[in-house]
Amino acid sequence: MARFKKEKSGELPAISTSSMPDIIFMLLFFFMVTTTMREVTLKVRIKAPEASEVQKLEKKALVSFIYIGPPTQSKLYGTESRIQLNDTFRSVADIAEFIFTEREARNEADRPLLTTSLKVDKEVKMGVVTDVKQELRKVGAFKINYSTKKKVVKED
Amino acid sequence: MARKVPEINAGSMADIAFLLLIFFLVTTTMDTDSGIVRRLPPPPDPSVVPPPIKERNVFNVLVNKSDRLFVDGRVGDIKTLRADTKEFLSNPNNSEELPEKKTENIKYIGTFQVSKGIISLKNDRGTSYDMYIQVQNELTAAINELRDELSKQKFGVKFSELTNDDHIQAVQKAIPMSISEAEPENIGGK
Repeated sequence: MARFKKEKSGELPAISTSSMPDIIFMLLFFFMVTTTMREVTLKVRIKAPEASEVQKLEKKALVSFIYIGPPTQSKLYGTESRIQLNDTFRSVADIAEFIFTEREARNEADRPLLTTSLKVDKEVKMGVVTDVKQELRKVGAFKINYSTKKKVVKED
Repeated sequence: MARKVPEINAGSMADIAFLLLIFFLVTTTMDTDSGIVRRLPPPPDPSVVPPPIKERNVFNVLVNKSDRLFVDGRVGDIKTLRADTKEFLSNPNNSEELPEKKTENIKYIGTFQVSKGIISLKNDRGTSYDMYIQVQNELTAAINELRDELSKQKFGVKFSELTNDDHIQAVQKAIPMSISEAEPENIGGK
């Protein structure tokens, strides 16, 4: 317990640490604010499958995301898997336009490096994914990435 | 006369704040995006007839709507898929059933028997995405293991630990990522 006694003259006064919490809080807020991921509001539930042979996505600025999964608000939108581009539900036919706008937003030099990351729920049937892939092939977005979580290796 | 209110001790405030800070530092894993990287083939050109491929050079992997595997004419299992794929691609005993090899001279590696084998993956519209990823993962793992073996033999380190781009390209040339996806078929319905 800290005691506050009358200091004797000649002793060095204790350094005030009362501003320390403020400094730390500032740091805390900085981290809390900066680590908000640049992300769209997910309208679909995505539980990514696990895999062991994953590679990291390098340049995040050059990645466009396509989300596929069952809607979170199933009462409103049903349980059928839906495709989400940016912030809205879209159909397969909108993917071409989406890719074009994504390309437009990048430098001309970066365009060939654009990767499409498919964030798909594990329970989704391949039918939708195949349609999306065919659409991507048509518009020439060949670099894709199946978003997966890194599997924790079990000993068995 | 009012008594002087004793000062509240704020010394532990810093500790609390530190605790919070560390909690956020640890928990906010910056959502490292990772996944299996693939290159889609360009759309098929109707005027170009695909070259005939010998039966022995193709490793057929089929996944049906109830997530069952059919590997090269037999009912397969996800657990043995990796070993089967490795055997197919390496063909250690030069079996007549398994794919042919082409002797190539690759820089940094020397003469190497490059397999002509192609893995053909076909899935149904009803296959679950999870299963599809598991299959893709096993196939990738097989190729990665083969690359690791070659890389260890030639350069002493694993493929993923290679830093020289020329070495990486040499290994990639020796063991290509030859996974081809068939045009989808609609058998099992949605």
